Amino acid sequence: MERCRLVFSGSGGQGVITAAILLAEAAVLCEGLNAVQSQSYGAEARGGATRSDVIIADGRIHYPKVLQPNVLVCLTQEAYNRFASIVRPGGLLITDTRYVKVQRKVDAQQRELPMYRTVVEQVGKPIVFNICMLGVVITLADLVRPESIMKVLEGRVPKDFLEMNQRALQLGVEMGNAAKA
Amino acid sequence: MGNTIKFVQGNEACVEAALYAGLDFFAGYPITPSTEIAELLAYRLPQIGGKFIQMEDEIASLCAIIGASLTGRKVMTATSGPGFSLMQEALGYAVMTEIPCVIANVQRGGPSTGIPTHVSQGDINQARWGTHGDHAIIALTASNHQDVFAMTVEAFNLAETYRTPVILLFDEVVGHMREKLVLPAAGEIPLVDRLRTSVKEGVDYHPYLPREDGRLPMSDFGGVHRYNVTGLVHDMWGFPSTDPQTVHGLLRHLVDKLENRANEIARYREYHLEDAEIVMISYGSSARSALHVVENRRQRGERMGLLELQTLWPFPSEMVRQKCAHAKSVVVVEMNMGQIMQSVKLAVAHPERVFLANRIDSNFITPSDIMNILRIIQGKGV
Repeated sequence: MERCRLVFSGSGGQGVITAAILLAEAAVLCEGLNAVQSQSYGAEARGGATRSDVIIADGRIHYPKVLQPNVLVCLTQEAYNRFASIVRPGGLLITDTRYVKVQRKVDAQQRELPMYRTVVEQVGKPIVFNICMLGVVITLADLVRPESIMKVLEGRVPKDFLEMNQRALQLGVEMGNAAKA
Repeated sequence: MGNTIKFVQGNEACVEAALYAGLDFFAGYPITPSTEIAELLAYRLPQIGGKFIQMEDEIASLCAIIGASLTGRKVMTATSGPGFSLMQEALGYAVMTEIPCVIANVQRGGPSTGIPTHVSQGDINQARWGTHGDHAIIALTASNHQDVFAMTVEAFNLAETYRTPVILLFDEVVGHMREKLVLPAAGEIPLVDRLRTSVKEGVDYHPYLPREDGRLPMSDFGGVHRYNVTGLVHDMWGFPSTDPQTVHGLLRHLVDKLENRANEIARYREYHLEDAEIVMISYGSSARSALHVVENRRQRGERMGLLELQTLWPFPSEMVRQKCAHAKSVVVVEMNMGQIMQSVKLAVAHPERVFLANRIDSNFITPSDIMNILRIIQGKGV
């Protein structure tokens, strides 16, 4: 696969860092790829604009941070305002319709998707918003299989919550497929 | 069955390696960005019958592991700059009493409490000279998790081999980022066990009388031999002495046992050095940015290479001099004001060809930072 650099951004508590870890872990443990994940720490990581970087590649990854993401996800207006301009030309910018009002055109495919609303309406729990987003990302960017994400989730999430995560992931995959066309 | 693959933080890789090396006693005081080491060991050590103690501060932490080591345990503590400053007194005590221990310092911005959550490599010279008096020390570092594992095991091995504290100088970027770690199988990396005395109970044991090869066999404190341990200059019995010959002999022994073996203790990696006109020297996380630049410029046909240091102290001067012998310029990439550059300048034949590519604003140095400085060195401007 071609090297893919991703930035997940949002606010503390939305699970953007967890989503980044799950994706990178699935790539390494289930798909035999290399991945590096890092995140911003400190006061800026609590509330405000939280950010986590992931690089996935076949070969070795040296510099571990992302300067120009192929895939940029913004789950809050603040994250969008701060990071939208760094998306790689020709890349992919994914925003959530409830939280982000897109204000400008960037040289990238823009996908405004009702991820939060869909999760609340169909799963009933906003806690799996991030998993739905992950379903969208892996589908649109063709990164790892949904089964790989589920396998990693099985090792991290209590059994009773797995089904909820599975449904959120599936919703994301469907939304991603619809947005591909 | 293949090796277990994990996706972990650098701090976690350090913990896995310490347990692999046989760590069974940890005392520490949590501090960003090293906290995960203490956190994970608090969970893991009791599971294998080891001991974890959260101490009141870093002074007590290092003192506790020194005591535990003397009784025969494999020991470690973990900290960051402010805690490492507090440990300097006990560090000198461990040097003087020749008690094996491992101290991980996951570096953050300094001086003082500095910038807890950001990266720096500002403690390199503190590791060398933070404690007073003529002495030698071992400090190791790594730029990726597989090497964090290898160097942590190495730290325990060298501590036992040379009866010395060994410092692991990691940094925030390596400590916190996550990447792949392949866990070596048991026995895959050789472990050095403590050299214990063969002197029987009731027979005189000289705790500080080196064997012919310079090594000092230990006797578990509180066991069959009664002996004295002191930070004062001491004789072969471990009792204080002001006899000039004894003082001279002890100081020479403490320094020579490491400095004379700098080549044996030198661990490093090299990339594209064979015909390199520009030799970059780096270590820890900044070596990742340097390697990114080297791999990139090599594709464009530029003769550039990287020497990645893993042993920082004792400084591998002879090896560095050889690797830089044919370089037109040597560029030291680090996140401080040139702490390793000073040692490089002393080591090479042409110190005027040594330049510094650094960043000290608490942000991780990027490949383009390095490229900008390279262009200036080459007279091309930014």
